[in-house]
Parts: sequence; structure tokens; C-alpha cells
Amino acid sequence: MSETGILTGSHFMNGDHACAEGAIAAGCRLFGGYPITPSTEVAERLARRLPQVGGVFIQMEDEMASIAAVLGASAAGSRAMTATSGPGFSLMMENLGLAIMMELPCLIVNIQRGSPSTGLPTLPGQSDIMQARWGSHGDYRLAAYSPWSPQEIFDLTIHGFNVADRYRIPVLLMADEVVGHMVERVVIPEAAEIPFWDRKRANGKAGETFHPFEPGEDLVPPFAHAGEGYRVHFTGLTHDTRGYPDMSAEMHQQLVRRLVDKVERNSAKLEMSDDYEVEDANILVLSYGSTARSARRAVREARELGIKAGALRLISIWPFPEQAFNALADQMDAFIVAEVNLGQMITEVERRVRTSKPVSGVHHAGGAMLPPGPILEEIKRVAGHA
Amino acid sequence: MRDVVFAEAHPLDRIIRSDRMPHIWCPGCGIGIAMRCYAHAILNSEIEEQNQVVVSGIGCSGRVAGYMNIDSYHTTHGRAIPFAVGLKLSNPALNVTVFSGDGDLAAIGGNHLIHGARRNLDLTVICTNNFNYGMTGGQSGPTTPYNARTTTSPYGSPELPFNLVDLLAAAGANFVSRWTVLHVRQVIDDILYAFGKPGFSFIEILSPCPVGFGKSNNFETGIEEMRLYRERCEMGEHMPLSELGIDLRAERPIYIGRFIDRNAPPFKPVHLGPAA
Ligand SMILES: Cc1ncc(C[n+]2csc(CCOP(=O)(O)OP(=O)(O)O)c2C)c(N)n1
Ligand code: SF4
Ligand SMILES: [Mg+2]
Repeated sequence: MSETGILTGSHFMNGDHACAEGAIAAGCRLFGGYPITPSTEVAERLARRLPQVGGVFIQMEDEMASIAAVLGASAAGSRAMTATSGPGFSLMMENLGLAIMMELPCLIVNIQRGSPSTGLPTLPGQSDIMQARWGSHGDYRLAAYSPWSPQEIFDLTIHGFNVADRYRIPVLLMADEVVGHMVERVVIPEAAEIPFWDRKRANGKAGETFHPFEPGEDLVPPFAHAGEGYRVHFTGLTHDTRGYPDMSAEMHQQLVRRLVDKVERNSAKLEMSDDYEVEDANILVLSYGSTARSARRAVREARELGIKAGALRLISIWPFPEQAFNALADQMDAFIVAEVNLGQMITEVERRVRTSKPVSGVHHAGGAMLPPGPILEEIKRVAGHA
Repeated sequence: MRDVVFAEAHPLDRIIRSDRMPHIWCPGCGIGIAMRCYAHAILNSEIEEQNQVVVSGIGCSGRVAGYMNIDSYHTTHGRAIPFAVGLKLSNPALNVTVFSGDGDLAAIGGNHLIHGARRNLDLTVICTNNFNYGMTGGQSGPTTPYNARTTTSPYGSPELPFNLVDLLAAAGANFVSRWTVLHVRQVIDDILYAFGKPGFSFIEILSPCPVGFGKSNNFETGIEEMRLYRERCEMGEHMPLSELGIDLRAERPIYIGRFIDRNAPPFKPVHLGPAA
């Protein structure tokens, strides 16, 4: 271990542990959580690791408390996170909205399992995708990423903290049980090579004229932490630039519009994706998380059959990788969406394909990884390949 | 005409956001008095104002965070305590106070209240107990006395209330006291004492809500309820904790005082390595 506590080197570890190491590397200094399969190993690893680096691990009494503690820590200046799965994610929804309204950066990890309700605690699912986007009441935008490997969950944990701090938004890491429990090589770089985007901090004179919610040109207000002397007020009520409640429709429009625009205008910087064999492709398979591993295999096998298939992997699921999709959409004759739910991300693809080109889905309710077979079958069907 | 001297400013002006006055509270409401006691305690305390932080949940009492001219967080219904936990753990130099109502702290936030006390993290919790949900129009809550009338118990509440002192004592708080908004000296003293007391402190302040609770239970005005406090309050430090339940409508004493003052170890997160 280096002086910074970062485990620089090459390791063999599961996705949950890689997430915890990503948090340590990102400088996360508070984890508040409540155990739930299949995310528990994130908490267990951080219970060991945070005390070694001067950070705080606290097991809260439930998930509402977990996210509230994370937001309090964020308000006091810490990078803070929690990790959960479907049932706990549902309990966090109200305070997800508080994070949006108070513009408190934080990272919320959801290692998805078979749902709804208690569902399949130990088995995978990808069915919280729309909840990630719409689960808290009201209009809002945030960023959500879906890793496909332990290495990527490590990388995206760091990136997630950076994005959260730069835009003052909650960031969701929407992994699935397969990725959380899969053991693979994870390379942890030197501390100096770990990207770090700091919060835009308040640097005015502590005093009466400081408006803690006066945004800059990027629509992000500089952050004044508790204890810095600014005498700030933060509220979940609609508020003006001083942070004071203002119950008018005009102020509400102004505030909610800004909170949405802050993310939408920066969408291009938040989007992430990668592609595979798309150059000459005319059938595009879209997928994310562990399903993208199967999609890649299905595309390779289709190519062996002479079908010009390609794959687009959504790394940011919110915002949808618009630029990458638009760059490929025209050349395609058909789109296939593969996901471990009964049809969520496919609606995002359908509403972007405004032609008669077919969009079809390969879906499964959860409990098992989506194997390459059904995806390959769908590619063959769409290609008219007997 | 005699010379009249105008004070340039009130000493509490620096602690209360005068630019947010007038406040939203009804005439006869007790919350403002409790807030003033809190502001006084901050003024009298040796803790740097920069390190004073207030966290509230939602309710009439929850509006206190919005009126205090210190770092202030008006969070969601019931979640003030865990939010405060995060603030305090992230920056232990902060003196974090939770100021909220009986419904916010003991109903929707009840789990956080007992676990906060059990964990015994160094927080001060001030609870204005007006025996109902004032903000939403006088519904019954966890402290509504048996048989009392509220808008959701029009035939009298069929439920038994919490005795908050007993609850907090059992849950493990280091300091537990109860006063009313008539007892401003004692309230200020106890808030100051709680600031300095390691571990979880809980101060219950009985407070009239003439609009939500008073009218439907024959205390038409705030003054009337204050008179009742004066007539019926008795020091109850000698009483068994289980006897400290309150029913304003019954001919029995309202017990007040400092009930618990102990020194169980406060919560400290585990630290092993060098501080980062
Ligand atoms: C999740 C949620 N449920 C319900 C409400 C509505 N609500 C607002 S304040 C309140 C009760 C507050 O009662 P109390 O804490 O006793 O405060 P008081 O107004 O009496 O001071 C309720 C139920 C809410 N804001 N959020
Ligand atoms: S409703 Fe009751 S608690 Fe709320 S401001 Fe009016 S008197 Fe006070
Ligand atoms: Mg109340």
C-alpha cells in the first residue's frame, strides 16, 4: 500500500471490492450504508479500508439514514458514498431528490439484483434502469454509469466522484450482480495518475453578500461547505440564489430549469460508450453492464456467419450516449436492445429511431446473465438469416 | 418629549436571519420562543459561530433551520438526525444541533432517533413537542395524548403516545431533559450544557400549537396553554421514568427537569492509519 492508502498494482478481485478500492483511490472519506446482497462486499471492504486511510465507515440503521448521512458528509466537504441494491435503492429515492435540490455531490452504487420487491437477492438483474432515471419525484437530471467489469467499476467509481463534484449532482453507479461478484484482473494506478476533479469552491469573502446558489456560466454554483463561515442555508424547498425558500411558480421554473439544464447542457461531456465492429455494420446491438459481454460474443459469432452486426455499449446509461448513437444510426438497418429486464432501455432507443427501421429487444426478467445465444438468434432473425 | 434611545441592532440579529422575518408561525405558537432560546445559547456559548450548524427536518419546527443565521440545513421529513450524523463525522469540529418537531423526530424519523441515541454520537437534539403535526393542519402523531382530538382523530385518538424522555433514556442518550417554552432560562442552560456534553443530548420542549392542537382540545390560545404549564409543571427528577407521560387535559402534573445525565462513551469512528 502506498502512503496514500491506494493499492497501486495489479490485483485479482471482484467488482464490489474493486468499487471499494476505486472509492479509496478517489479520496472518498465517508461510507454510510446498510448491508444488502449483492452489494454487501462494498461495505465490508470499506469497513476494513476506510479506517486505514483516515476515513469514516458507518453502518446506518437503514438506507434512508445511509443516504442522509452521505449527504450531510458531502455538505461538510467530504467525498461520500453508499452502496445498495433494489430494495435499498427504493428507500433512497426521496433523498436522491434532496441531493438534486441541494446540489450535494455523492456516489450511490446499486448492484442490481432480480426485482421487483425482494426478488432474487443473490442473482442478477438490470431492471432499475428507469428507476435510476425517474425514481425520485419531480423533474431532474443526473448521471448514471453501468460498468461491465471489475476494472471498469473501479474506473467509474473514480469518474463518478469526479462528475458528481464538478456538476454538483448525485451520480449513480448502476452495476449488476454479475459484475459485482465477478473476479477479474484490476489494475490500480499510481496515486498521481488518478484523475481528480475538485469541487468548484466558494472563494468569496465570508459575509452577507455571498449567494450560495448563484450559478456560474456552467450553471454550477460554487460550493460553500459547513464550517467555512458563509452562514449558508440549504433547503429542499424551492429557493432563490441565497438558498432562501421562495414559493413562487417563477422561482420554481428558474430553479428546476437550471438544475435540468446544468446536466443537459453538459450532456456531451457526461456521455460515455464504446463500440465493437461497427464500421461496416448494418445491425446494431445495444446493451450495457454484464449483458454487453454477451452482446459482443453474439456479434462476433454473427460476423462468422457473414452478418454485418456491430455493438454499441452504453457506459453512461443516463444521459443516453446520444452522440455515439447518432453517429451510427444512419448506417443501420435494424437495432436490437439486449437487457436483463422486460423492456426499459429499448424505449429510449425506440424514441430515437424515428424511421421505419425495426427496433427489437432481447429481454429476460432477471435471475441469470443474458447469454449470447438469444442475442445471436435475434441478430440472425433480423438479418433474415435462416 | 423625552429622549428615546433606539438600539441599532438586537444582539440576536447576528444569529437569526432578520432578512427572513416575518416568520411563518401563527400567533401564540411556541416554536419561536424555543428558537430564541437556541439563538441565545449560541450567543452565550464559547463555540465559534462558524462551527455552529443546525439541521432540521420538515414541519413548523423544521422551519427553524431557515431562520438561524448559521450554516443551516432544512432536510427531508424525518431525516435530520442521519444528515447531522454525516456532517459531524465529516467535520468533528462542527457543533451540530438538530432542531425539529415531535412528528418529524419521533414518527417518520423515530428509527433514526433511537439509533442516534444508541450510537451516542455527539449531537444536540432539540424537539419542540406540540402533541400534533402542526404544519399539515393538526393531525395526530406519536405524542398525541390518548383520546385527544385532532383532525385525524375526530373521535379522540385511539392510540397511546410516546413518553419521549423514557424512550430516549432507554435508547441510550447521554443527556435527556424536558421543559416548556415557559422555562426559557432552563432551556437556554440545557442547550448550552448539551453543546458541551459529549454524546447524544435530547431536550424536549413542550410548545403550544393553538391552531393545530389547542383549539380542538380546549386550549384556545397559546397563553392559555402557557398558563397551564405554569400551574401544572413540577420537577420530576425523582419520578420513575415510566411515570413521565404527558396529558395536558388530565388533572395531573407535567413533569419537567433533567432526567438523564450520564457519561456513556460517545460514538467515535475507528481510525487506524495516518489521517488523510
Ligand atoms: C415524506 C413526507 N411525508 C409527509 C410529509 C408531510 N408533512 C410535513 S410536516 C409533517 C408533520 C410535522 O410534524 P412535527 O414534526 O410535529 O412538526 P410541527 O409542524 O408540529 O412543528 C408532515 C406529516 C412530508 N413533508 N414528507
Ligand atoms: S400550526 Fe401550530 S406549530 Fe405550526 S406555526 Fe401554527 S401554532 Fe405553530
Ligand atoms: Mg409537532
